[in-house]
Amino acid sequence: MKTTAYFSVEDNDYLSAFDSLGRRLLELALVDALLAPCYQAECDWVMPTLICDPEAVCGLDPLSPIYPLNGARHAARLSRTPPGGRVAAFMRPCEVRAFVELVKLKQGDPASLFIISADCLGAVENRTARTAGGRRDRSYTATFIQEALTSGDSGELEMLAPACKVCEHPTAEMADLTIGLLGVDLDNRLLVEARSEKGGALLNALALPSTEAPKDRSKAIEKLIRARTAARDAMFAATRAATGDLSRLADYLATCVNCYNCRVACPVCYCRTCVFTTDVFDHPSAQYLGWARRRGAIRMPTDTLFYHLTRLAHVSTACVGCGQCSNACPNEIPLMELFRTVALCTQTGFDYEAGRHLDEPPPLSTFAAEEFADVVGLGD
Amino acid sequence: MPDSVTDFDPTLIAFVCNWCTYTAADLAGTARLAYPQNVRLIRVMCTGMVDPQFVLKAFLEGADGVLISGCHPGDCHYINGNYKARRRVKLLRELLTHFSIAPQRLRLTWIGASDGIQFAEVMQRLVNDLKALGPQGVASEHASWRPQNRRLQRDAIGSGSEVIGRKP
Ligand code: SF4
Ligand code: SF4
Ligand code: FES
Repeated sequence: MKTTAYFSVEDNDYLSAFDSLGRRLLELALVDALLAPCYQAECDWVMPTLICDPEAVCGLDPLSPIYPLNGARHAARLSRTPPGGRVAAFMRPCEVRAFVELVKLKQGDPASLFIISADCLGAVENRTARTAGGRRDRSYTATFIQEALTSGDSGELEMLAPACKVCEHPTAEMADLTIGLLGVDLDNRLLVEARSEKGGALLNALALPSTEAPKDRSKAIEKLIRARTAARDAMFAATRAATGDLSRLADYLATCVNCYNCRVACPVCYCRTCVFTTDVFDHPSAQYLGWARRRGAIRMPTDTLFYHLTRLAHVSTACVGCGQCSNACPNEIPLMELFRTVALCTQTGFDYEAGRHLDEPPPLSTFAAEEFADVVGLGD
Repeated sequence: MPDSVTDFDPTLIAFVCNWCTYTAADLAGTARLAYPQNVRLIRVMCTGMVDPQFVLKAFLEGADGVLISGCHPGDCHYINGNYKARRRVKLLRELLTHFSIAPQRLRLTWIGASDGIQFAEVMQRLVNDLKALGPQGVASEHASWRPQNRRLQRDAIGSGSEVIGRKP
């Protein structure tokens, strides 16, 4: 089975090559649809787009630094029940990892999907992209990729979203196919690597010329991961200091207005009905005065800490650090930092890493008869 | 109720399984075994139904300690609820630790239906432990927000009167 091949790039335009690749997948009837970030008509902003007609393939840009939402939600939406066709889904590594979590939570099914993921050099928050000068079309992407690939040892661009500056997963281990950028000369080819049997079959069917991964590739990946990991650890330390008790957490969340956008944006917060939007929190009016009388004063809205702590308890074991919570917050609260820092405790506590593998059951979905004896009883 | 050792009177919220620990509590009651009145029992059908948010809410309302207690391993009436509870306690302890709430404030025990004596002993021991740990003061939703509230709360703790966020 072929595992590494290349897709030719014409006129040094590797971004347009994605259109050709997508069209080829549809024309050869290897898939029935594409799900990929795509420019919408005249708008210079990518959104996940579901394309069936090869003629309709244009403006695909899986490398755009614009990351309006975590597409794992849509991959799940397309596969939770039989989709009636095979879909090639272009996703970022953190979208793939979120999708892995959703599959384990029975919200999606990879059987009818081919997951294609390009090396991720990072993304920018919506507010950064929205306020950038000029058009945010492929030239914006090309400049970004160029700068990201040449930004030297720190490997970091100022414009990157905080989540991406600390992301140690630039490649998607769980994808069927990955598209290599790191350590690859993009002027004439896109590197395509198969990571699963399914991916290998797709690669064969695409009849792409095989090649070897360039020898600098793994070094380039390692270097980026090293830089990101160091930044991540510094972020962990800073966040621990900023949120280490409930008073500090309250300061951290001081501007939260309980809009719950962070929950809506979070790909792994998957409950249909969130308890925080049910009657449970529709307190009778007199209740508020009662609380205020008893305590002297209460902050309105109430239950803000409760909301965030509950979300930490419910989803931090599944948090993939995609940063969409921070991206969605109207008050720019650094939620990703909080979630990743707490997730470090909760995931390592169960020797678990969100999105790492389909075979690892989510910590709260499983148990063993003999385990965690240290949390039972009255001893320390 | 005031205690001879210290006048700090902790509040312990105990989620107890209907089939085991609650029955044990009942037994302790009928046998007229004394146990501290600091314990607020909340009867649940199984420890497996104690969502982490119940525990968080208890702390955010100012509880000094939370106990989850149910059937011994193998005895759960819903087969494995207590194993699930154990994982949730593990999770919550990680969370509490991050926010500087002593993980010992959250306990999980197995107390069978006939263990009335054990029930009374465990409650006494837990309340003693909480007295030793002192008030869990700051960890209350309302007290956490405003500096004024934090001060009110500290004053309340200092004077030994009612802690803000705790029911009288
Ligand atoms: S909590 Fe935030 S960073 Fe973690 S998966 Fe959800 S949206 Fe992404
Ligand atoms: S998005 Fe921001 S303001 Fe809205 S609930 Fe989340 S943290 Fe609070
Ligand atoms: S029935 Fe008692 S712990 Fe499940």
